[in-house]
Amino acid sequence: MATDIIIHDEKDNVGVVVIEKITPKQDCSCWVMENDKTVNIQSADEIPLGHKIAMADLNEGDTIIKYGHDIGKVVKSIKKGEHVHVHNVKTKKW
Amino acid sequence: MEIPKSFLGYKRENGRAGTRNHVIILPVDDISNACAEAVANNIKGTIALPHSYGRLQFGADLELHFRTMIGTAKNPNVAAAIIIGIEPKWTKRIVDEVAKTGKPVEGFSIEGAGDIETIMKASKKAQEFSMWASEKQREECPISDLWISVKCGESDTTSGLASNPTVGNLMDKLEPLGVHLCFGETSELTGAETVCEKRGKTPEAQEKFKKTWNEYNDFILKEATDDLSESQPTAGNIAGGLTTIEEKAFGNFQKIGSRQFVDVLTPAEEPQKGPGLYFMDTSSAAAECVTLQAAGGFNIHLFPTGQGNIIGNPIEPVVKLTANPLTAVSMSEHIDCDVSKILSREMNLDQAGDELIKATIRTANGRLTCAEALGHREFVMTKLYRSA
Repeated sequence: MATDIIIHDEKDNVGVVVIEKITPKQDCSCWVMENDKTVNIQSADEIPLGHKIAMADLNEGDTIIKYGHDIGKVVKSIKKGEHVHVHNVKTKKW
Repeated sequence: MEIPKSFLGYKRENGRAGTRNHVIILPVDDISNACAEAVANNIKGTIALPHSYGRLQFGADLELHFRTMIGTAKNPNVAAAIIIGIEPKWTKRIVDEVAKTGKPVEGFSIEGAGDIETIMKASKKAQEFSMWASEKQREECPISDLWISVKCGESDTTSGLASNPTVGNLMDKLEPLGVHLCFGETSELTGAETVCEKRGKTPEAQEKFKKTWNEYNDFILKEATDDLSESQPTAGNIAGGLTTIEEKAFGNFQKIGSRQFVDVLTPAEEPQKGPGLYFMDTSSAAAECVTLQAAGGFNIHLFPTGQGNIIGNPIEPVVKLTANPLTAVSMSEHIDCDVSKILSREMNLDQAGDELIKATIRTANGRLTCAEALGHREFVMTKLYRSA
């Protein structure tokens, strides 16, 4: 069964695009690897291979969860289906 | 899949088992490389392990050099060893330690004799060792005789998503069977260090990890010209979709599955606490890391790669896997196990883990890895600081 997005862990609030790119308003199939379930999402942005999509609305200060772990903080609010990257997420390290 | 309970290995005098049967010609120092290479050229069935160091080192750096030399020759993938150094004292120190395993080992020093006489004497002994080793047969060994080390390289998003978790799946399946496992890469755990620390099985193991990582971090802060935020993740990582250093570290961390580590090893240190997972303090440079793990006694290595790292090791076979469908095709001669079907959901992690177990057992039984067939023999010493 083909998939457009892989979500690693059930707890994750982002998924990773595994096709060449997804385009705005595309209905995408997401595979949750941990429990082998399928969920669906409509994209809001064009997102290239290997990049992340928000699986929920996220506010400034929220934590991004990937692999079930904290990988950084939201610095500009993100809507479900939008591209998640260095323009709206930063490390908590520095 | 039912996991095989055994593999065909070489039983050694000290009770360990090898997946290979090498006779090595090991130079103690850089200036003995020529002699070691001449002997290996004379006598078939032997390999020389040339390297760049071994003179005027001191303190912890010298001890690491000895630990790497001794550990390499003690590794069960080595049937017998010839040690060649410029001076007798350091040569003897290595020979005496290796002899404790019970395997044939003999040392030669060049000072006062010259290269040619040393090459002649060492070649005669090497011929004896090579012909003796050639009669060794593979025998059935329990799967618990596998000591598996792991390290990833040229990583991309497919590494954290699929090939590293495949290794984690293998660890989750094989650890209960009593294998030894080892991960390293102190620097690449930055961002996941507090979570990694909690994976220590005991408070002692956790404390040791914390101390090791803090020492690394202090060194970085002392030597670095910036806070690493410009270089971790790299521009290439960011272009590929990695956003933060935490994300990169947790991708790396997938290699240990849901395991806990029993102890923290210094570079090239042999595990002493029985089967299970160990963390070794290593560089994240591929050849340095694998050389240290081989010196710690690990007899087979698993190496997930995204963009296609090509590393091999002279004594420890390096099994490469990738989940990147482009790399699997464009660099197929380097890939032993293709798990790229995970990304198209034609394969799940459980199936990928099984495929990797099969590739591991076939390699342990004697099938050459891509890196072995291509002649990759990267043997690289880790140096802690400059020589005197």
